[in-house]
Amino acid sequence: MNDNAIRNLNAFLQKVPYVRFLGMRVELAGDEMTAVLPFSPHLIGNPMLPALHGGAIGAFLELTALAQLSLAQPTQRVPKTVDITIEYLRSGRAQDTYARAILRKVGRRVANVQVEAWQDSRSQPIAGLTGHFLLRTAP
Amino acid sequence: MSDFNTAPLPERMLMAPHADALGMQLVSIEKGRGVMTTPWREELVGDPETGVIASGVVTALIDHTCGLAINSAMGEAMPIATLDLRIDYMRPAAPRTGVTAEAHAYRLTSTIGFVRAEAWDVDRGDLVATAQAAFMLNTRGQPLKGGA
Repeated sequence: MNDNAIRNLNAFLQKVPYVRFLGMRVELAGDEMTAVLPFSPHLIGNPMLPALHGGAIGAFLELTALAQLSLAQPTQRVPKTVDITIEYLRSGRAQDTYARAILRKVGRRVANVQVEAWQDSRSQPIAGLTGHFLLRTAP
Repeated sequence: MSDFNTAPLPERMLMAPHADALGMQLVSIEKGRGVMTTPWREELVGDPETGVIASGVVTALIDHTCGLAINSAMGEAMPIATLDLRIDYMRPAAPRTGVTAEAHAYRLTSTIGFVRAEAWDVDRGDLVATAQAAFMLNTRGQPLKGGA
């Protein structure tokens, strides 16, 4: 993985309207990809706490998994989400959120990916996701 | 606009900024059940080649509709928090088409609410996604003012 791969991935992500809507981007830290969801008021679910919407966090986690898979298989089409399980551990506060994905198994047709999101400290994750994604060969 | 804490449930569900930003609309509500919809628009597209709405939008809609169902099942409005949410995506939504979700809070204990949800684009019988979720009830230990 290198800067160029991350640049290409960001360029690809910014072509997706919903990624721009969320405001998500990816960065390279060492040899690992970190996804960033900068805080924005439109991501709030409960204005009284305030807390990020669980749906926005879930979508960010899923997109992080897809981004990590795209990085591993740049020539393939974007995988299709088969199922996701999201665990909410702490409420997401009104600040930037980060996520990293681990490809636990990339098979011939399906990949199993695990993602964790945090805010202040990586040792205090706010949410996790495990998902299965259908791999698709290039058209 | 009334206060988030005291607003009637249907109004409060639409006052969440993220729900508002996604253009969520309330379709129907009864005790333990709720239906909400997100109309298609360009900004929400997940696949620019096909114009299909992003699965993240379906996730947010399902999460929000599950919250609606739980809130409507409780006699009084209380703060809740999603514990986990599992979604199976059977197929992508049709291009340039919005998504509707129905959630059923089928069991509430004193601390946990269990919900099932389904989402479809055009035909209620031809589902895009199904979901199962568990919520913590009353996360701040006291009821909010105002009724459900």
